[in-house]
Amino acid sequence: MTDETHREVPLMLKNLTKRFGGGLSLPFLKKRSVPEATLAVDGVDLTIERGQIYGIVGSNGCGKSTLVRIVATLLLPDGGEAKVFGRDVVHEAHLVKRLISRVSVEPSFFKKLSPMENLIFTAQTYGMRRSAATAKILEILDRLSIDGKRARRPLEQMSRGMQQKVAIARAFMTSPILLLLDEPTTGLDPGSKIDVQRFVNEVRDTHDATVLLMSHDMDETASLCDSVAIMSEGKLVAKGSLASVLDQAGNGRPAPNLETAFLRLTGHQIADEERVEQR
Amino acid sequence: MLLSTTSALGVWAFVERNFRAARRYWGWEIAWLTYSVVNVLAVTYIAPGARELTGTPLADVGLLTIYLLIGTLVWAFLHEVFDMTAFMVSWERWEGTIEYTFMAPIRLATMLFGSSIFSVVYAGIRALVVLGLASLFFDLDLTGANFVTAAIFLAVGSIGFLGFGIVAATLPLMYVERGPQMTIIVSATLLLVSGIYYPISVLPGWLQAISWISPARYVLEGIRAGILDGLPVTELWGTLGPLALISAAAVPLGVWIFSLAAKYAKKTGRLKRSG
Repeated sequence: MTDETHREVPLMLKNLTKRFGGGLSLPFLKKRSVPEATLAVDGVDLTIERGQIYGIVGSNGCGKSTLVRIVATLLLPDGGEAKVFGRDVVHEAHLVKRLISRVSVEPSFFKKLSPMENLIFTAQTYGMRRSAATAKILEILDRLSIDGKRARRPLEQMSRGMQQKVAIARAFMTSPILLLLDEPTTGLDPGSKIDVQRFVNEVRDTHDATVLLMSHDMDETASLCDSVAIMSEGKLVAKGSLASVLDQAGNGRPAPNLETAFLRLTGHQIADEERVEQR
Repeated sequence: MLLSTTSALGVWAFVERNFRAARRYWGWEIAWLTYSVVNVLAVTYIAPGARELTGTPLADVGLLTIYLLIGTLVWAFLHEVFDMTAFMVSWERWEGTIEYTFMAPIRLATMLFGSSIFSVVYAGIRALVVLGLASLFFDLDLTGANFVTAAIFLAVGSIGFLGFGIVAATLPLMYVERGPQMTIIVSATLLLVSGIYYPISVLPGWLQAISWISPARYVLEGIRAGILDGLPVTELWGTLGPLALISAAAVPLGVWIFSLAAKYAKKTGRLKRSG
């Protein structure tokens, strides 16, 4: 990593837009055959500073995962730009991939293989040799309370929580300097959640990593993150430090917590949903 | 250096992981191996059965037996190369790892190369086992057979089938559900037009026209000429030339088409496991 890269911003999003569907509107096609476009990410501007844990909270389907996928080079945006340490995620994807790692809500592995086999595969795709990778894998798994013996048994024999810990180990193993966590603790038991949260803090402190955390767990976001944003219908409706977001959610009277801030800022939708449910 | 250390490690990662995964699905391996052996036997037994069926004596049952055996074995190999290569995207999707594979800092060619090497070695091992078991059932006279010719045609043809497999792998990339189904149609078409079990001349003209682009056509012509007629490769340039041309074009063309498909998948969000 060059000094120049270190001086750059871990993540900068400018007017980022992504829509799905729509298709081609051709005169000979009936109108109903053209699916309506959905704006999944709508003009998002965001800058994350080095060493931050930045949380974005939002309900399911609000565009959080789409945003992460764009940064992770898995989706091409339709407008705006996304840069990781100054590298464009579209035109310099190969460089961005070296700097990032991602944990999604679903632990995705070859389940018949063991954690060790899966992680060695990942290590090799990052150019690591087996011997070096093995030692590192065992060390990380140990920190996540998975012993060496367990690491050599098929993943399908592990609980979902344990599998998620292996997914987290995969993300940390490649020493990313921008870590993308997309609801990493969903479905984990309280003990595993604490293990993961402790590990995220530890990695930030000891490895100089920056973390973007997507979550709908308000308590987790409030306790882990230095800054937060609230996302609704593809837009960031509030962002900044926790105190600032709580301020933005009140009319001169700050919201008492993130959950209340979220409800206030996106409340009209929730109220609508509730009305629909009551009918 | 042809491959950097990082790329070599990347290629090896796919070969090793796929072999380990295939080993863990050993039940399926046994099932498919049994099916392959039985299929080879069932088709090859048509040769001795033809005399009974038609009621007329066959000039050379031995020749027909070897003709069919070559067809079934070569198809078992090439079809496996094609299938395993075309299946790589579906496999990753099924296991749920496709996004992580695409996030790895490797070139698409590294991924395709690694998966392809696995396909060829895996198909080769399977074909050898099938050959070993099937040969126990027939009294084959291979005097005068030119195995060097056969090996050269098989090697060159494998490259062509890899290219076709890579092109077919774009279908599951672009069409999450229907892609694997389309792949089967491509494979079935190759089976029909390539002269696996019969001479291509018996096909209608329009099917014969399609057969010109199938590497299997030339592979079978070359191998049969080598095994049945004992011809050296130097007398088969007319068959080897088009095969080499198709094979040389198929792989880079396949990688190029795959890269376009990957871009399309990233544009439309089709890398996502559920689509």
